[in-house]
Formats: sequence, structure tokens, C-alpha cells
Amino acid sequence: MSKDDYGVKIPRTSTVPAVGSEAQLRALLTALSGVDAVGAEARAAQLATRSIKKSTKLAAIDLAISMVDLTTLEGADTPGRVSSLCAKALRPDPRDLTVPSVAAVCVYPDLVAHARSVLADAPVAVASVATAFPSGRASLNVKLLDVHEAVAAGANEIDMVIDRGAFLSGRLGQVFDEVAAVKETCGEAHLKVILETGELVTYDNVRRASWLAMLAGADFIKTSTGKVTVNATTPVALVMLEAVRDFAETTGRIVGVKVAGGIRNTKDAMKYLVLVNETVGSTWLTPDLFRFGASSLLNDLLMQRLKQQRGAYVRPDEFSGD
Amino acid sequence: MTEKKLANSQLGSLEYDPAPESASIARLKPSYGLFIDGSFSDPSKHEQFVTLNPANEEVIATVAQASAGDVDAAVAAARHAYETVWSKTTGAERSKYLFRIARLIQERARELAVVETLDNGKPIRESRDVDIPLAAAHFFYYAGWADKLDHAGFGADPRPIGVAGQIIPWNFPLLMAAWKLAPALAAGNTCVLKPAETTPLSALILAEILQQAELPPGVVNIVTGNGTTGAALVDHPGVDKIAFTGSTDVGRLIQQRVASSQKRLTLELGGKGANIVFEDAPIDEMIEGIIDGIFFNQGHVCCAGSRLLVQESIADEVLRRLVRRVEQLRVGDPMDKNTDVGAINSAAQLARIQELTAFGEGEGATRYTSSCVLPENGYWFAPTIFADVSQSHRIAREEIFGPVLSVLTFRTPEEAVAKANNTNYGLACGVWSEKGSRTLWVAQRLRAGVIWANTYNRFDPTSPFGGVRESGFGREGGRHGLEAYLNV
Repeated sequence: MSKDDYGVKIPRTSTVPAVGSEAQLRALLTALSGVDAVGAEARAAQLATRSIKKSTKLAAIDLAISMVDLTTLEGADTPGRVSSLCAKALRPDPRDLTVPSVAAVCVYPDLVAHARSVLADAPVAVASVATAFPSGRASLNVKLLDVHEAVAAGANEIDMVIDRGAFLSGRLGQVFDEVAAVKETCGEAHLKVILETGELVTYDNVRRASWLAMLAGADFIKTSTGKVTVNATTPVALVMLEAVRDFAETTGRIVGVKVAGGIRNTKDAMKYLVLVNETVGSTWLTPDLFRFGASSLLNDLLMQRLKQQRGAYVRPDEFSGD
Repeated sequence: MTEKKLANSQLGSLEYDPAPESASIARLKPSYGLFIDGSFSDPSKHEQFVTLNPANEEVIATVAQASAGDVDAAVAAARHAYETVWSKTTGAERSKYLFRIARLIQERARELAVVETLDNGKPIRESRDVDIPLAAAHFFYYAGWADKLDHAGFGADPRPIGVAGQIIPWNFPLLMAAWKLAPALAAGNTCVLKPAETTPLSALILAEILQQAELPPGVVNIVTGNGTTGAALVDHPGVDKIAFTGSTDVGRLIQQRVASSQKRLTLELGGKGANIVFEDAPIDEMIEGIIDGIFFNQGHVCCAGSRLLVQESIADEVLRRLVRRVEQLRVGDPMDKNTDVGAINSAAQLARIQELTAFGEGEGATRYTSSCVLPENGYWFAPTIFADVSQSHRIAREEIFGPVLSVLTFRTPEEAVAKANNTNYGLACGVWSEKGSRTLWVAQRLRAGVIWANTYNRFDPTSPFGGVRESGFGREGGRHGLEAYLNV
């Protein structure tokens, strides 16, 4: 056998099974293999010990920068703050034009139009949270209107939240229908489905919710809103990466993963890149299929990038705050 | 974006730059003497041998070959220390020494990890994260027992045995020394330890640590050498107890030699562990568990899960995922922090692995070998899986003690148990299933000293370890581990 026979095998034709009823969906999801919590956490911890040095580190830092969804999701957000964010997204370090742009800026729906006007045709996407972010507690009509307005204002990407209450009480069909309806409303915009894994609690739930979202049409599955106590963790990311890998191998459809919340420094980002590298491989090592939802991460990546080049740290204030 | 079709991806395409640990951290001396009566001395016959780095065949240090006379001196020192000092030292005092040794191992952990990897060939990740922390943990654990022996369930005031002769293998050099010394010292015995011929160095660093801890002279003596040194220790009339970890063949010889004496004996020998996988197992963690079960420490593990018994309904899927995962293992420089599989410990062991795997192909098993590039110098064997193995194949029966997995299938729990038990060994088994009642049903019927559920190769000082049948007798670790060193 040649080495190529061993990689992740993705069929060339897409055959995502159509879900006809809640019973069928339930059967599909409960047939998934369980996750052993101790084993998953041990595997994630083991991969976290990988030592990323020298040229690998420089390349990985640039890759991580290009994967950042630069985010501001505060009640106190202003158009001025979003303008500043957009400038930073385009040129993270204005003195060094070799630093790549980030993947997207991520804002609330009412600031999409402003972000769009600032970025114009620049190669940075505008992502908007929607569907009554972060709780998801609104009627489907309100959620769809939320999405519709964000897309109409120029959002390229929609980060929706699933109804965790419905999922946890077993109303899987309802969650599926919501994701499918949002996907339809998105039109050309890419759909990231936030599972809010901190509220799903178990890895079994994370795996099932991942498959549910992918079956319903998600382009990305995303860990968290960043608004609850437990956000992205490496074992959760591992389980979600295994889900997108198995989904791609089964259906031929490739879904991305976004980790969000609590990823503050380069060391954390490196851990996630190693997880991607050793769980799903090179296909996913692109901003098209892996993202970091973060705000303070970018400055640490810039600082470590300079450290790699100069051999010494610079002051944190060398980089703009917002 | 989402519908675009990409080429089949290779795992691990973010190439990791080398991240080698520095060999100079080892601070090794060019040559080492024997550790007898608290100090290092030259061997009486001035014979020496070299110890190699199996990853590149370079000489690391010269070590003394202990003669029968040297063993005699070591046993005499141990006897003297037992009678004059150690048997009169209170449990609380012994405990203090053990705590001190444990802390010193932690303090010198990085140095010990480098020494272990240089001498043994195992990846630095394993010596750093497993061997050395577990060795310290064993001393910590038994330090706690030293003043509580009255409450260990062996009656009031249980007495030590006396002088223990301890012979340890090359696969976990420092950890095996800790498994032997910690309970023996806690129980009040004195020791003569003989490390394996190919991996004597970490035990000699431990001797330095014992000096640092100001352990009274003679309480622990360390004699390096080959099989003749071990034989002299086994035959010595001044030894009250022999504890041996190693091959079943040598264990059998030792049992014959001590049969006509008053010596007590515990043996921890070979194994052919079965990892039993049911169709409802948590598949991703199970694949990691199988990989860890056989490729951890290059498969140089007596309890390795060297036989995979997989339910027929998922056999193809498991094999596909296993081969993919094996291809992903990073084989090479053991000093690189990102290496998963290191070097085979010796030329002799490599020859044994090569012989048995050649047999496996001859017997008709299907071979999958990692396409990893092996270094030119040193002793290397690429991780290998044999599928289509049957119970009658040599590779399903004999201990290979290398990175080689034999895959067999079963259809019912009864068949799984029958196949798992169809071996002369009985050290360890694993059961993988999300159904607790089935796991317990299977575990009750397996003839093995250790049974892991949904994990493999996990060790803890509080848990007894040992085998049945040709895997030996006696337990190490836990409260049970004290019994081997108490006169009960």
C-alpha cells in the first residue's frame, strides 16, 4: 500500500443523507459512537505537549493570524470601535505588511452595515452573530428576520446559535429545522452554527449536536458564544474535529470548525493547530475551514511573531488595543 | 466553499521542526563504579562494559561488571545495614527518607528523563511524562505506608524479611527500580539492586540521589553487570528474598535455583495481553487506546496489548483507522520532544522482533508497516500491524516485546473470552465497550492480573500490578505490594 492510501478519505461526490423525520434523525444521531471522556481528555492533553519551534512556529503564527475572526460583541460597541477593528483586521501590524489579514471581523447585526462600508471590497469578511445571540431564546420568525437583516446589510458569514433548550429536552427535529431554515435564509452567506458546548456539557452531546448541525446544512460548526462560563476547550475541539472528519468521509461534504472563547495566547492557538493537524490533517489547515473567534489573541500572535524575528519581546503597548 | 472537493488529505502536514532536548542535561560521567555501602567503588576484578545509546549506537558510559565477590560485598553491606541501622529505624524515620528521595527525583526529573532516553531509546516525551513522575509517585506513595504498616491488614507489627535481592529489566529502568525499592524500604528491608545490562545509568543516578538523601550506607546497594551478576545475587545465601521482573524463561530459571532455599520469591514476567474491542466501544478513544497499548515504549512493555481481539462487525473499520493512525506516529530521534516511537533497546531485541515478524508473514498474516523513514544508525523497527492472524500463529502466542500488533476477530463475548484466555500468560487485558454490564461479565472471566476498561497501559502506585500463570506471581504497587516485603 502507498502512503496515500492511509490519509483521511473524502469521497468525490457529496451524498449527505436527507433527514425525513425526527425519528430518523434521532436514529442517526444515537447510532454515533460514544465518546469516552477520560480518553478524549487524555488525547487532547497529549497533543498539547507537542513542541512547536522555529520556522514551524513562524508559519503557524501566520496561519493562526489568517484564521482569526476578530471579534467585538459588547453592548458598548460603537461604530468607531468597529472602524478601528476593521483597520486592525486588514493590517494587524501596520509597520509590517508581511503580516496577513485576519479572516473576518465579527460583530452584532446592527454594526454589519458599518463594518461593510469600512471594509468595502477588502479581502476580510464581515461575520455577524444572529438568531437572538447569545441565548437563542426567540421565536423562529424573529431569528430568521435577524439573519435576513444581517445578510441584507452585507454580512458574508452568519454565526447562529442553536436552541440548547430544545436540544437538551430531545426536540432534535426542532433544532434541525431551525438550522435548515437559517441556512436557507443565509443565501450566499456562510453559516456557522454555534453549539454552545459549555451548555451541552457532555462530549456525547457535542458529537451529536455537531452531526445534527452538519446534516442540517452548517458550513462551519462553532464551539461557543464566549458568553458562558465554559467556552472552547481542546477536548471539545477534538470531538468536533473528529465529527467533521467522519462526516466528510461518510458524505463527501467538508465542514469547517471554529473555536471561540477563552483563546487568549499563541500557546493556546498552537495547541488547536496541532489538534487540527493530527486529527483531520492539512485539508482543514486553512481559514476556509478553521477559525479562531477571539479578540485579545491577535495581539499575542503579533507579539510572538516579533519575538521569533527579533529574539526579544516588545512591550504589549506596541500593538493597538482595539 | 463547503462543496469544493479537496484531495485526500495527509495527516500531519504541518511539519514540526526538530525540538530536541539537550543531551548535556544528563551530566553523565565517563564511567561508573558499583554502589556498595553508600559509596561508589571499582569492581574487584576491574572488569567493565559499555552502555550504548540504542538510537545511534554511540557509547554513553562505561559501567562496572560486578563479580560474585562484589555481589558478596554488596549483600554483606546490606546485611550489616539491616541489622545495625535499618531494622532499628522507626517507620516514621524511614518515611522521611522515602519522601526525601521522591522529592529529589522530582528535582532532578529533567536530568533523569534525559538519562533514561539516552540509555533506553524511549521517547523523551514518555520518560518526561510517564517514567520519571511515576517513579517519584511510587516513593511518595510508599513513604506514606512506612509508619502505618500496623494498619495494612497484615496483623500488628509486621516484620520485614531482611535483605532483598532485586533484579530489574531494561524497559522502564528507573520506574522498575522505584517499584522494587520503595515498598522494600518502606517495609524495613535493605536491598541489593541489579539493573539491566543495557540500561544501568538511571539506577546509578538514583544512587547519587540516595547519597544526597543521606540514606544510611548499605541500605541500598546497586551492582551493575550481566546475567552472571544476577545469578550470583540469586544464588547468594545471604539474600532472604528475590524479586525479579523480566522474561518468563529467566524467571523459570530463578524459581528453580531458589527452590531448595529459604528465599522468598516474587516474579513479574512476560505477557501477551489481549485488548478486546466490542462494536459499541467509543471508537476514537479506543483507537488511541489500542495504539497506546502496543506502541507505548516501542511495545517494550510486559503488559502490552499485543493481541487485538476485535468484534467482526467493526473489524474492517477498526483496521482502517488503526493503519491510518500508525502511519501518523512520529518515529525517530528519541530526544525530540515530538517523537512518539523511539529506538529498539538493543541489537538482540531487534533481532528477536525481526525473527518473529518474518514468521508472521510466513504464516500468512497480512502485514501493514508504517512507511516512516528510519534513521540509519541505531536499532529501529517501524510500527507494524498484522491482520488476519489466527490463534495458532506464533505472533498470536509468543511475546514479541516490540511495536507489533496482531489483530484477531471474534463474534460473541464467549469467543472473545476464550481467545483472550488461550495463552500461557496472564498479565493484563483491556475491555472496550460502552456497556458496563458486558465489561464486568468479560472482566470476571479473564485470567489476568490487571484488566483495564476503556483504557490501557495506565499505571498508578496505589493500584496493585502483577500476573497469573506464566506471567508470574506477587503484586507490586498498592497495599498489596507491601506483602512481598513483609514476613507474613
